[in-house]
Amino acid sequence: MAARSISSLGDRLLDGVMSIVEAPINGFERLMGRKRMPYLFLAPNLVLFGIFTFLPIAIAVGYAFTGGTGLFVTERPFVGFDNFRQLLSCENYLEPGSCKESLFWTAIWNTLWFVSFNVTATLLVALTTALILNRAIAGRGFFRAMFFYPVLLSPVVIGLIWKWFLDRNGLLNAFLQMLGVPPEIFLLEVGWSRFFVVVVSVWCHMGFYTLILLAGLQAIPKDLYEAASIDAASPRRTLFRITLPLLAPNLLVVLILLMIRSVQIFDEAWVLTNGGGPGTANSFIVQYIYQMAFGSDLRLFGLASAASVLMGLVLLCLTLVQLKLGKKMES
Amino acid sequence: MANGLNPIAFLTRTRRPGRIDITDILSWVWLIGGTLIVLIPVVWAGLSSLKPAAEITRFPPSLLPHAAVQKSVPGFEQPLSLWNVTIDGQQKQMAMVRRIGLKAQMVDPDKPGPPISVDVKEMTQVQRLTVATENFTDPLTRFDFLTFLKNSVFVTVVATLMTLIVNALAAFALSKYKFRGEKAIFLLIISTLMIPLTVIMVPAYLVVVGVGLVDNLWGIIIPTVASPTGVFLLRQYMLTIPDELIEAARVDAASEFRIFWRIVLPLTAPALAVLAIFSVLWRWNDFLWPLIVLSSRDHFTLQVGLNSFQGEFSVQWNYILAMTFLSLAPVTVVFLFLQKYITTGIAGTGMK
Amino acid sequence: MGDLKLTNLNKAYGALAVLHDINLTIEDGEFVVFVGPSGCGKSTLLRVIAGLEDITSGGIDMSGRDVRQLSPAERKIAMVFQSYALYPHMSVRKNLAFGLENLRFKREEIESRIAEAARMLAIEPYLERKPRQLSGGQRQRVAIGRAIVREPDIFLFDEPLSNLDAALRVQTRAEITKLHRDIKTTMIYVTHDQVEAMTMADKIVVLNAGRIEQVGSPLDLFDHPRNLFVAGFLGSPRMNIFKGKVVSRSAEGVVIDLGYAQYLTAKVDPSSVSDGQPVLAGVRPAHFKVSSQGLPFIVQYYESLGTETYVYGTLEGQSEQVIIHQPGHFAPQVGERLTIAPAEGRLHVFDPQTSLAVPNFGEVRRVA
Repeated sequence: MAARSISSLGDRLLDGVMSIVEAPINGFERLMGRKRMPYLFLAPNLVLFGIFTFLPIAIAVGYAFTGGTGLFVTERPFVGFDNFRQLLSCENYLEPGSCKESLFWTAIWNTLWFVSFNVTATLLVALTTALILNRAIAGRGFFRAMFFYPVLLSPVVIGLIWKWFLDRNGLLNAFLQMLGVPPEIFLLEVGWSRFFVVVVSVWCHMGFYTLILLAGLQAIPKDLYEAASIDAASPRRTLFRITLPLLAPNLLVVLILLMIRSVQIFDEAWVLTNGGGPGTANSFIVQYIYQMAFGSDLRLFGLASAASVLMGLVLLCLTLVQLKLGKKMES
Repeated sequence: MANGLNPIAFLTRTRRPGRIDITDILSWVWLIGGTLIVLIPVVWAGLSSLKPAAEITRFPPSLLPHAAVQKSVPGFEQPLSLWNVTIDGQQKQMAMVRRIGLKAQMVDPDKPGPPISVDVKEMTQVQRLTVATENFTDPLTRFDFLTFLKNSVFVTVVATLMTLIVNALAAFALSKYKFRGEKAIFLLIISTLMIPLTVIMVPAYLVVVGVGLVDNLWGIIIPTVASPTGVFLLRQYMLTIPDELIEAARVDAASEFRIFWRIVLPLTAPALAVLAIFSVLWRWNDFLWPLIVLSSRDHFTLQVGLNSFQGEFSVQWNYILAMTFLSLAPVTVVFLFLQKYITTGIAGTGMK
Repeated sequence: MGDLKLTNLNKAYGALAVLHDINLTIEDGEFVVFVGPSGCGKSTLLRVIAGLEDITSGGIDMSGRDVRQLSPAERKIAMVFQSYALYPHMSVRKNLAFGLENLRFKREEIESRIAEAARMLAIEPYLERKPRQLSGGQRQRVAIGRAIVREPDIFLFDEPLSNLDAALRVQTRAEITKLHRDIKTTMIYVTHDQVEAMTMADKIVVLNAGRIEQVGSPLDLFDHPRNLFVAGFLGSPRMNIFKGKVVSRSAEGVVIDLGYAQYLTAKVDPSSVSDGQPVLAGVRPAHFKVSSQGLPFIVQYYESLGTETYVYGTLEGQSEQVIIHQPGHFAPQVGERLTIAPAEGRLHVFDPQTSLAVPNFGEVRRVA
């Protein structure tokens, strides 16, 4: 009874609040008519989108053509394509040291390597896991949840947990010592640190892609498998002739999403490697933009914007490919 | 069994009742191995966060949090650590006064006499399972952790409420009305799904500076309130609410806004719940944007604060891990209770 | 009070016109049924009256006031929807109260009106339930109750029985009729079911392709369909239509040649047709009598329903199917030749060019 009276009290309170809120909105309706209400309902959203999404897009392009360290357009001289020239002038593109903006090219190469390894590894792990989870296996819900859990953790938490795991005095080294392998400071060694950035990235994102692929697998009609088993198809043929072709649209979505997100690698790597270390071994493109714009007192917004525009173009291309292929798949 | 070791067979075979083959075993190995790989770093960090500062860097590490047992001995100002010592073939508990090279000077804690010199090989420390609660209490009392926590809770709650209201209003307009420009507005909103924050973070920061919200919690709340994912999710759900209900409410003299909050909003509850869960997770875990916008410690959120801690106490892992755990706990609890909602929500909408 | 006047009403979605020049007057307290095939505009017309749809041109007056700019609630109408449109998250009581709360009625007034409506509709035991816990018939009552508590000037019903099973439909039909007798409020009822129209209405409005075909009392429409559409739409099975030609005219009537030396004599005004004019002759199945004189009819098969019998066949030498209806048991042989004749005054003649009925003797051509 008490709970009920409290909840009805809450209802009444809410009613009171809402009657105050609704008064001006109803006034607008009486004044402007029912037909104009959708515009009022859309207004907050569109204003926020306009200010914080569309305006920045316009600014991003504009700032890429300005120089100096000023914050506002009026304080910034127009420099034409100077920022792009600065970013792109290079004697040998394979050799970041020979470039005017060597950090940028280091970041690009690091990002390219990361994307190729990360996409391959994540896709394989997620696909394998999804195929296994799609079998009639006991505890499927538990395992699905387990693999998904890291997706929800914050990049900072992920970075710190793994940093501790890989520490000189961490569990991995303790385990290696039991096997008689000398301890290693993994995150201060170029090869190992790159390896573990990929491992951590797979660790914390594969659950998401597994879920998408699993949804795709479960959408494949069961009778196809029954028909295949009646036709005495071998498991290998079933996989290549039924499962994978029917999963192709989902695989494609996963592939492109993975690429788009991998290109934007930043936070967990930033925390794990103390800002891209050792040296610049794990310095990626978003980190470059962040450091140019905010990381130092230099505040090279022009250069950072130019790099953003270049990255935006790459992502746009990827998105367009996704849309195009998606349409093709549908038809 | 002919192709039992074939990895493809292993991946596609469906278990038959009463027959366990190698593919089943490999599946289980993969799943259990994967689960361990997911859990071990997290659990290890959790166990470590319970260890006192002196214990945490010991190598090789112990699994559970131990601490040396100390005892105050008459005649000594500081409490002394207890050791198991073998003297003349007899096991004895002694308190260590000091250690010089390979020898240690010990006294009997019950009958303190002149110190006896003992070979360090002959002695092992007396330890006890201890939880270093100071790892958790110190950050809460001495450092700014409570401020960070407060900021994170504020941002998460306010931003989630605003996200729900603003996007539900837009979704209502886009699903239950026919008006000029409807299609164009919907496409405009959806097209921003494809523009990641990383591409516009520099100009978005400039806008935040321009509207005077830099280093302000509202500067991280407001810019991300309008969510194309949210609009899309809610609109698709609202499309399933029959239009006749809206008309019935109009005949019942309800104003348009009243239709929204008395009829449409309650009926959209399942989709609102999914969006709320996601919004909470997004906001709680958000790092890059707060890192850019916030500059003074008083305004740091948990994630930014945590990141700044690791620069400051580069060796005090006990504090860092304890705080990591405090920030991870709510997410874990949310996940434990709403696991089904979250996984089906993601599978259904493909958002993250 | 609840009278309604529509004048030259038009409604179009862009270039697509859905209502053409509707003129209609409904008196206070009338039970009016809009009937027509699907897509004829009857639901649109109802929604226009409700204020749920705008009109392109024309006038809507209720009780003498122009309501074109008024919202549904301000028009003092209440509506029962086809899907009932009960708010699924509210209890029955809340469903009934919602409209009154919106109109800021006093708590006691709301309670007493709900109690009154619940008593009238026998839904008192369900007041605290949610709509999904009710059967179809109970939901239907709640939907009606939601309209009743508003005490509107006009009730609007949009095919309210189409989601009920046949037995419940008959029962609810009677209940709505009784409700109308009790509260005597204007009701406008949309249906595609001509049985509902015939049994419930004081006045039927037959609509087709966005136009009013005829307005009148059920029997008036049945006995004197203004045109072929109304003749064919009302009455089941449909009226038999024969193609023919006027061969002679006299004070006795007009003789129509149906071909193969078969003739019918119609008591229509001879001045309204001319010799040799092609006409359509219509006779309802029930109005054919088996007699010694008349048209030769060859039995193909028949359906016995116990209380009545439908016989299907053709006129001798022709191929178009003709249905005749006989009361009680009637068992002709298949292939048997009967002679049938239309009952006195039950032969309708239509002009195929205009589709309009040719007026009977002494009858003025009726205007809709």
